[in-house]
Amino acid sequence: MIVMQDVYKTYKNGVTALNGINVDIRQGEFVYIVGPSGAGKSTFIKLIYREERPTKGTIVINDKDINQMKEKNVPYLRRDIGVVFQDFKLLPKLSVYENIAFTLEVIEESPRNIRKRVMDVLELVGLKNKARFLPDELSGGEQQRVSIARAIVNHPKIVIADEPTGNLDPETSWEIMRIFEEINARGTTIMMATHSKEIVDTIKKRVIAIEDGVIARDEHRGEYGYES
Amino acid sequence: MKVNTIKRHFREGFKNIFRNGWMTVAAVGAVTVTLILVAAFLALMLNLNEMAKNIEDDVEINALIEITADEDEIVALGDQIEQISGVESVAFSSNDEELDKLIESMGEAGESWQLFEQDNPLNHVYIVRAENPADTAPIAEEIQTFDNVHDVNYGQDVVQRLFEFNKYARTIGLVLIVGLIFTATFLISNTIKLTIMARSKEIGIMKLVGATNNFIRWPFFIEGMLLGILGSLLPIAIVLGGYSYISNSIAKSLSLPFVELLPFNPFAWQLSLLIMGIGALIGVWGSVMSVRKFLKV
Repeated sequence: MIVMQDVYKTYKNGVTALNGINVDIRQGEFVYIVGPSGAGKSTFIKLIYREERPTKGTIVINDKDINQMKEKNVPYLRRDIGVVFQDFKLLPKLSVYENIAFTLEVIEESPRNIRKRVMDVLELVGLKNKARFLPDELSGGEQQRVSIARAIVNHPKIVIADEPTGNLDPETSWEIMRIFEEINARGTTIMMATHSKEIVDTIKKRVIAIEDGVIARDEHRGEYGYES
Repeated sequence: MKVNTIKRHFREGFKNIFRNGWMTVAAVGAVTVTLILVAAFLALMLNLNEMAKNIEDDVEINALIEITADEDEIVALGDQIEQISGVESVAFSSNDEELDKLIESMGEAGESWQLFEQDNPLNHVYIVRAENPADTAPIAEEIQTFDNVHDVNYGQDVVQRLFEFNKYARTIGLVLIVGLIFTATFLISNTIKLTIMARSKEIGIMKLVGATNNFIRWPFFIEGMLLGILGSLLPIAIVLGGYSYISNSIAKSLSLPFVELLPFNPFAWQLSLLIMGIGALIGVWGSVMSVRKFLKV
């Protein structure tokens, strides 16, 4: 599913973010990515949907070497990966509804199906009554939920979330985790970078800890392992 | 691409016009101003060109036939002239006809020439037209060398200078129009680039959620086309209004010889269509070129 071999990443400004990563994540797994700020978690995540490319090493997603992938095929890779961005990345001039529908328009879904699926997913994240709002008119937590809705609406094989509960109150956080567990139960691979000790230690899953650009720990049913 | 997707691109293109508010106004304004200039210039150039062409087309060679030539020789000469390559038509005009023309052209004073009707001093004439008016001079020279040609007349000096002038006027006009359109395109694409620059982040987001370059480009393509067409509306109104005013009042009251404007219908409509086409093309070009830069995500 997701295989990385000897992956190094040094940014143009000389900062080395990843220093030899080897990892193998199977279809249907639920993985927490933990580690201190600046340890390379975000870089690790960006490599998977090819926002960044590795300086060295191979990355294979769904049996495709994405480093060899032609530029024109990258959009198709990204359609299989739903991403919840740390800064949400919602389109500011589109309504909540249109933001989520965009992902389905891209794959040329029929308007009827788009309507149905967008409304279903809005129901799931509890924003059905805010469908016509613009992102700016929502709170941070609500924007985050729109971002989650957009990431999962086209049933991708992999969902990647960079601190999806970072801006949420505890109650909504658990609600979001329930959604992730639900789509994980349907066979979707979930990869979630988080700083929440409470979540990691309560909902036990595989934990990959990244420190100084290398994998420090990789445990099934692991613990957060840092002071919160 | 599915029909629904095409509809979607059009819908988005239209919506973007409103979403971008003042940026749209700025871009449309830039298109409008430049197209007014282009339209005015085109109308002027095309009319001048038409006038020049009319004058050129009126140029004809009068080959005066020797009075001593008999009928057979005259026919043979006519055939000979017809054989010259580039000759469009050869018409025979007898000395009586020539005299009538002369009398007519002189008006009142011509009446005194009627005395000559009994004893016509004029020559028979072949009136020759060249396919391409610019070939008039060489054809005339060739006719001059034939037997039984008394003289050849085509307003040598005037015609030569006229052709010379027209050639320069056309070249300069063409250069100016091309330059104007080029400047317009540059100006407009820059304005549109501003509207798109403001959306560079959005383009990046679209790419990150799996949109192909074409999917992103299409609404911009349509938006650019609409901007161009919207920007051409005022210039077209000015062309239609202004041209009908000029062709109706001014041209008639002046009534100069040679000054005959192209008729309002179809010329003003053709020009309007051309202006709209140029506007749409410039808009599309400007927006598609500007998007290109932001698609590399």
